[in-house]
Amino acid sequence: MSDTATTGVSQSFQLKSASVSLTALELYYFDSQEFENNLREKISQAPGFFKDIPLVISLEKYQGLDSELDFFSMIGTCRRYNIHVIGIRAANDDQRRLARGAELAILPGSSVRESKPEPVKAENDYAAPTLAQPAPVKVITQPVRSGQQISAPEGDLVILAPVQAGAEVLAAGSIHIYGPLRGRALAGIHGCEGARVFCQSLEAELVSIAGHYKISEDLQESGWKSAVHIQLKDDLLVVTPLDKA
Amino acid sequence: MARIIVVTSGKGGVGKTTTSASISTGLAKHGHKTVVVDFDVGLRNLDLIMNCERRVVYDFVNVIQGEATLNQALIKDKRVDGLYILPASQTREKEALTKEGVERVINELSETFDYIVCDSPAGIEHGALMALYHADEAIVVTNPEVSSVRDSDRILGIMQSKSRRAEKGEDPVKEHLLLTRYNPERVDKGEMLSVQDVEEILAIPLLGVIPESQVVLNASNQGLPVILEEDSDAGQAYEDAVARLLGEDREHRFLTAQKKGFFSRMFKGG
Repeated sequence: MSDTATTGVSQSFQLKSASVSLTALELYYFDSQEFENNLREKISQAPGFFKDIPLVISLEKYQGLDSELDFFSMIGTCRRYNIHVIGIRAANDDQRRLARGAELAILPGSSVRESKPEPVKAENDYAAPTLAQPAPVKVITQPVRSGQQISAPEGDLVILAPVQAGAEVLAAGSIHIYGPLRGRALAGIHGCEGARVFCQSLEAELVSIAGHYKISEDLQESGWKSAVHIQLKDDLLVVTPLDKA
Repeated sequence: MARIIVVTSGKGGVGKTTTSASISTGLAKHGHKTVVVDFDVGLRNLDLIMNCERRVVYDFVNVIQGEATLNQALIKDKRVDGLYILPASQTREKEALTKEGVERVINELSETFDYIVCDSPAGIEHGALMALYHADEAIVVTNPEVSSVRDSDRILGIMQSKSRRAEKGEDPVKEHLLLTRYNPERVDKGEMLSVQDVEEILAIPLLGVIPESQVVLNASNQGLPVILEEDSDAGQAYEDAVARLLGEDREHRFLTAQKKGFFSRMFKGG
């Protein structure tokens, strides 16, 4: 009970544990020109998603020389596209030194090379035990019509109506559609690989989870026009009928 | 206060103007003072179907720009009492329909009429947006084929976000589906979507189904709203739709292929 009242000092803030899902840029090698070209191309596919997002540079799969890692150049390029690099993860000691020089935060990675192993991260992103508050859920009761776009940039999206051909629904978390999915559904838009898509009838133009997507043509084989849920398993979208889930 | 009904579709050539002419004529026949407004500036057609093209002196744009009064521009229908037409301008562009101007004209019409039927141009641009902005109800005209259904879906979405009711947070625009050019024989052959298919996709209540018929084309060419062809299936289907619009509960007709209809249609067609 030793809170502000007893100490007599008013607190201007309080530290709380929070769990947020971030977009990670998995870097394979670094060349400033190619980096910018690739970034521009990615952003042009969905300009809205990338505006003002925080970004973590993941070095787990980095194969280039540590000396080629120019964090200042990366930060500058990202800033030009309104993306904020906040830190790095899965870095070795040398890379960490470079990152500190660029005033980037150091985040633990899922496997850290040349350093003591970190505890394995929970497989499901939702299982974070320190979640202070559940992510907000957006509920839509009207049909999502052709040309409309509904986005839940923080949490799950629940739609109690059809999503029509030519419509697009997006969520940071999972998407639940209690009706036919005829348009495009993009779950885990900030990279949450545990996100899933549920629908009463799969007739989608496109389904994407954390950037891995399948188009209508590739969705015909299993669960087409039936109630399914779609998840990401080993970087592949897997469609499972709801009654066999 | 008048009830404002927009006849819209997104796609062109599906029967918006034919529907506007028949629905407004039907409402007037039921004793409601009705005006039908042509929003298709530059592609004026409604006056042809209403057979008043030779009597157009002033038009909608003239009224908006203060070059004529509403009474000067309104044309009284010769066949049905209580029916008036406000024609579009053929020489102007759609941008001549300013938001304030349209609002002023609609408000003025609202004072004396029971129903204002707005005949929307095709597309989702300015003209179509102006036509749907003030609507209390919408008749979405759809042909039983996928591209028409998709465009109807689009216009329904626009209505949810861009209409006056949506902007002011009032009750949403009341939506009606009117399926036109319906041919049960082609549905049976799988060449057309069925009523059930379209209803299921668009998820809005069905106001009526107008069968595909030579009578519609003939009536249009003669400048006669097809609802006045009271012996024809299309005319009766429009009459049913008007009755349903006014709250009557009528069973849907002309949904199945007629076996003996061949000769009768040959004669009507000729």
